[in-house]
Amino acid sequence: MHPALSIILFTTSSGAGYGMLFLIGSTAALDLLPASRGFGLAATALALGFVTFGLVSSVFHLGHPERAWRALSQWRSSWLSREAVAAAASYLPALVLALGWTVAGEIGGVWRLAALLTAVGAVATVFCTAMIYRSLRAIPRWHSPWTVPGYLLYALITGGIWLLVLFYLFGETPPTPLLHGLPSAVIATWLVQAAAWKWADGAPATATVASATGLGPPGAVRLLDPPHSESNYLLREMAFQIGRKHARKLRRVTVLSAFALPLAIGLLLPFASRLVALPASFLAALSMSLGVVVQRWLFFAEARHTVTLYYGAETV
Amino acid sequence: MTSLPNPEERAGGRSLALLVDLDTCVGCHACAVNCKEWNTGGRFGPLSDRDAYGARPEGAWLNRIHSFETGEGEAGRTVYFPKNCYHCEQAPCVTVCPTGASYKRPEDGIVLVAEDLCMGCGLCAWACPYGAREMDPVEQVMRKCTLCIDRIYNEELEEIDRVPACVATCPAGARHFGDFADPDSEVSRLVRERGGFAVMEELGTAPTARYLPPRRRSPAAPSPPTAEEPESEEPVGRLLAWVDRMLSD
Repeated sequence: MHPALSIILFTTSSGAGYGMLFLIGSTAALDLLPASRGFGLAATALALGFVTFGLVSSVFHLGHPERAWRALSQWRSSWLSREAVAAAASYLPALVLALGWTVAGEIGGVWRLAALLTAVGAVATVFCTAMIYRSLRAIPRWHSPWTVPGYLLYALITGGIWLLVLFYLFGETPPTPLLHGLPSAVIATWLVQAAAWKWADGAPATATVASATGLGPPGAVRLLDPPHSESNYLLREMAFQIGRKHARKLRRVTVLSAFALPLAIGLLLPFASRLVALPASFLAALSMSLGVVVQRWLFFAEARHTVTLYYGAETV
Repeated sequence: MTSLPNPEERAGGRSLALLVDLDTCVGCHACAVNCKEWNTGGRFGPLSDRDAYGARPEGAWLNRIHSFETGEGEAGRTVYFPKNCYHCEQAPCVTVCPTGASYKRPEDGIVLVAEDLCMGCGLCAWACPYGAREMDPVEQVMRKCTLCIDRIYNEELEEIDRVPACVATCPAGARHFGDFADPDSEVSRLVRERGGFAVMEELGTAPTARYLPPRRRSPAAPSPPTAEEPESEEPVGRLLAWVDRMLSD
């Protein structure tokens, strides 16, 4: 599948934003957040900034951005529509929470409901994003049991690391569950990603050129001539494929920069002074974000669509 | 709207689609050309191209003719494989549509795009296992085979012309159009008699359209005649053989 920059930026950036919103919402509901106005403003602004940047860049992927509002209408059948509804709905409690935090200066009491709804909305939105891919049977690598846990965990760890950076930036003490939970979450994401790659590499073929054409047993059908001399939408959009050698290299980049380095830094953070913790956490956040962008690029570039069976692929 | 019609709504509805005979298709691409012609000028046009007369032309087509080889040696043969929308009963392209642009008509099963609702996200093209949908490079909306809905119900046309453009133009008679829900229709009869099949059913799409398989080649087919040695007892044949010998020296 063609790794469109707009979709990679959308899923990674909004993923980090919703991860942050989930952590802000759930820790606020548990009274673990500092009521400091400056921190509150920065945290909600950064989270909603990530989300909004992601949503706006996804609009650049559309042929008719002015009709994007129509995507709110088909939530009964479409995961993309459900995602749009969940994304739009999550803004409301997030803004109420931000208001309570920055203007009213408190995050307990009545604001707690908004905090809870923010966390729920964030999880729901990322779940819907993942289900868009998970539900497509024509792309077997995405139609995997690991797609949804992967998206949710990537959102959690990228949101978590950026939130941690903010805590150090504002000289606040990060809540223990965040500080000590992040390394375990990174390990969990690492394991899920390893399982996803293993699953995809070993999965039996979903369809073959034989089943795509009905012309005899596997191995007996060969492409003779392409149907058109120039490229077309189908080939550009769905026949993008990355060489196995590069894929292996890029997987190593993902592992090192999204998991290994942030994990090492995350384990040391509880023992570091603020002076060290701030640049160290920032480095971990940058490294992890780069790693997740590479992972997302691979998610598209490695995925093969069944339409390639009509253009020379033997199995998909 | 992008929910598929439920069984009650579909009950009694027709299942219109194409039936392509892979035995008689000669791979001439006339169906694709006439499809493009009709659909760029018809009610749903234009069906655009970019750089149509330049070095790298590219455009949206609703019908593509793929070519495959099957079998080995003597049993090997070329099969032309025209591919367009199969108007699936469980069309995944419909349910993924977030805007309500894609829909399946309960009365005849035709899958259509309401282009003024389409935001051009391309998700339906990802969802279709067959590559039946293409983005219009100029209009930036999704295009697909409409079964020439502006022909088949068009009372301005002679009744004989109320078939999809690809069917009307096929010089080999390889394309058929009809109601697969009606067991007495010609397409249903051909499917029964010739072992018609659908493709990639393992993806749960329940395609309506079918193909007729290439016929088995008769094992007793004589080896083709060659022009090497004209031999005949006929006077004309002997004369020609003599001419051939004289000219060969």
